[in-house]
Amino acid sequence: MKKLWIPLTYVVFLVLLIAPLIKIFTGAWANGWGGFIEAVARPQSLHALWMTFLITIIVTVINTLFGVMLALYLVRADWLGRRMKQLLNSVVDLPFAVSPVIGGLMIVLLLGPNTVLGAFFEDAGFKVVYAMPGMIIATLFVTFPLMVREVMPVLQEIGAQQEEAASTLGAYSWYTFWHVTWPSIRWGVIYGIVLTVARCMGEFGAVLVVSGNIINKTQTATTLVYQDVENFNVIAANSLALILAAVSVGLLLLMEWAKKRKEVH
Amino acid sequence: MQIEVRNLNKSFGDFHAVRNVSFNVEKGHLIGLLGPSGGGKTSILRMLAGLESPSSGDIVFEGKRVNELPPQERGIGFVFQNYALFKHMTVFDNVAFGLKVKKQAKERIRARVMELIELTGLKGFEHRYPHQLSGGQRQRVAFARALAPEPQLLLLDEPFAAIDAKIRQELRSWLKDMIERLGITSIFVTHDQDEAIEVADEIMIISKGRLEQKGTPWDIYKNPQTQFVASFIGESTIVEDVSKLKGFANATSWPDTKALIRPEYIEVGRLSEFRIPSATERGRVKHIHFRGSEWLVEVEVGSNLLITYRSLEKDILHPGEEVSVLVHRAYLFNESDSWIMENALKEDPMPIHI
Amino acid sequence: MNVMLRSRWWSFGFRSAIVLYFIVLIVLPILGVYAQSFSLGWPPFRAAVTDPLAWKSVLLTIRLALIATVINVLVGTMVGWVLIRYRFFGRRILNSLVDLPFALPTAVGGLMILLLLGPGSAVGEAAERLGFQIVFHEPAIVIAMLFVTFPFVIRAVQPLLEEMDKSEEEAAYTLGASKAKTFVQVIFPTILPGIVSGAMLAFARALAEFGAVVLVAGNIPGKTLIASVYIFGEVESDNPQGAAAVSIVLLTLSFLILWSVNVIQSRRGRA
Repeated sequence: MKKLWIPLTYVVFLVLLIAPLIKIFTGAWANGWGGFIEAVARPQSLHALWMTFLITIIVTVINTLFGVMLALYLVRADWLGRRMKQLLNSVVDLPFAVSPVIGGLMIVLLLGPNTVLGAFFEDAGFKVVYAMPGMIIATLFVTFPLMVREVMPVLQEIGAQQEEAASTLGAYSWYTFWHVTWPSIRWGVIYGIVLTVARCMGEFGAVLVVSGNIINKTQTATTLVYQDVENFNVIAANSLALILAAVSVGLLLLMEWAKKRKEVH
Repeated sequence: MQIEVRNLNKSFGDFHAVRNVSFNVEKGHLIGLLGPSGGGKTSILRMLAGLESPSSGDIVFEGKRVNELPPQERGIGFVFQNYALFKHMTVFDNVAFGLKVKKQAKERIRARVMELIELTGLKGFEHRYPHQLSGGQRQRVAFARALAPEPQLLLLDEPFAAIDAKIRQELRSWLKDMIERLGITSIFVTHDQDEAIEVADEIMIISKGRLEQKGTPWDIYKNPQTQFVASFIGESTIVEDVSKLKGFANATSWPDTKALIRPEYIEVGRLSEFRIPSATERGRVKHIHFRGSEWLVEVEVGSNLLITYRSLEKDILHPGEEVSVLVHRAYLFNESDSWIMENALKEDPMPIHI
Repeated sequence: MNVMLRSRWWSFGFRSAIVLYFIVLIVLPILGVYAQSFSLGWPPFRAAVTDPLAWKSVLLTIRLALIATVINVLVGTMVGWVLIRYRFFGRRILNSLVDLPFALPTAVGGLMILLLLGPGSAVGEAAERLGFQIVFHEPAIVIAMLFVTFPFVIRAVQPLLEEMDKSEEEAAYTLGASKAKTFVQVIFPTILPGIVSGAMLAFARALAEFGAVVLVAGNIPGKTLIASVYIFGEVESDNPQGAAAVSIVLLTLSFLILWSVNVIQSRRGRA
């Protein structure tokens, strides 16, 4: 049996994961080094990459802060009743079930130029939808569960006793968090950050709907890939995709590393 | 630290974990909170520490009400059941934690930590991590860590529960010595009566959230004030109708009263071994078990099955053998009252005065 | 009682901020979609959903997602099993590669499939000569769904296989059970909850997938137009009500799936 299963597994991986990955790498070089450079050096490419980078940074920071705090509350806080906690706990997962396109649509519906809130913000000179803020909100929505779901099980596993021990030794919340809780959840948080970065960088559906995909303004790397494909500019699409894929592989390695560290602690 | 607890109550939702508990603890005493698991002992300890807030009642340290005081400011040391050592810190850093929080000078911290490490016999282990230590060593680290900030009150939650039987003995006497030497007021929780009896100056028996009795181990053993205490402490057999036993005929004057008889209230042996044969009655050995230092004998007397011990020095009894049984006393109890009744025939009917 | 979060003067504001963030970001938008789709009353909602293009796209999505899920269950269980039970060259690398679809932007995934199987590629032309088409037809959509949902079943089955006591299996052998019988009667029931919850997550993800599919599906209305692309089209053509109506059909379905996964997992936690 073993003789059959292992080759079969290899075949699955080759066909489903490795071949496509290789194709991206070879496809980008179809027109040689020059074609790749040319595609990437287009102003809209540079701008799109910059947008992706910016959104990734902002969203990762916000999501990490709120995700860790929310996880702390959901696991530890007793001022939230047990039922309330259960409810919040199941709500956390909702973005997993929501199609990114629908996630984007929600934000358009809530904050679009034709809505009360949207009009209010626009009057205040603050454009949300079809602009950076909307894209950040959309990405926040999509990445929301990633951090919470990484940190919660770790917190549950370590229990509250070490924190209680710290309090009987005279340490207050801030000191306890940094000296007792943080060292235990650190690798979970790092793993969550890697997942968040991957998702931010790769987010497409929600951002496409919210951004309006305006060249040189709200276009991100993934939406530019989409547009290039639609315009039959496959090589350009391929070059950008190569950059994204390379970063993804890097993130995958980081994930492995973080996972291993997480298991040690 | 002198402690006073008044009408303490704690509910978790519908569950009334602690009911109207009041007690005082003298400075320097070592108190054992003893009772079955889930009886509310740990809740009391955690309320004393400030890790749990009482639903009602007062906790007073040195005449000052501390209900609202967070654990950080109560001046206590707490040893957790599973020690709750900081996993990512060395033994040294664990012990130093409470001192670092107080921002003491580096040299002072070092001196104090090394002193405690020496005191707890952990010298040479200060750079190890908790997972590199044995259960007994972890216990000592937890103890040293709790003592480092010089608390006025030491609270220990099932301090020996997670340790092998053999080392437990050793640690018990070590802990008792240590606490006596430091003279610190201490309260520990346990479900093991041997442990409580051996270690504590005074025992509080807690059951179903109530304080059943407080007193020295000997006092509680000799004069149990409630049926629960009588049956919980030591071994015992409940006898439905004690008046059938020789020497307890008077018991008929109290209807609906049962008796509790401890093994050491009973003597069993050949008739010739008894001074007053008339007080004994016939029984039949049902089983005998070797208990390491003595025999445990199950003996049938009428319809009752009694349990007692017999010295290894005496002749060995055999199952099925007819023997004489003398019941010295019984602990009688009913709904409202409980008392000890001595065997009425034990007094020599024909005393010889010289 | 948690000591670390014990109230201080600022903690109330802090808590409110966290809970508010949570509600504004997650709860409000979801309620918003439901509110919006019924904002004009029941008839427009019904009209939007009963539009043949709309319900055809929903049905197509469900059908293809089901196919992708079934394939995933078979392949995923096998891969999970092989990666845990056998030691062979390259095992660790393959195990890390499982997460690739999580790390890779879905649009890139779609592009990869397009390049590999599309017109002009060796595979695409070979298939065409055999008389069936992949890209811009249903097979491509299934492949795209398969690609993005690949890790779910594997990652759900692996921990169960790892936790499983080898002695259970050995006990079955000592009792005379054959390998096949042991698998069916001992191992399979143990990993079944993992397979089911992995499959449900994969199904929910396949229903929701957009990026990978939009590039390879061709998006021919009524034929290869899946629900999320339909919604996108409605948004683009400035018909948010229609988009919202189809969205809540899809959303409700996903929520039900998610809820069942939670139920299954909490039951397993209790067992």
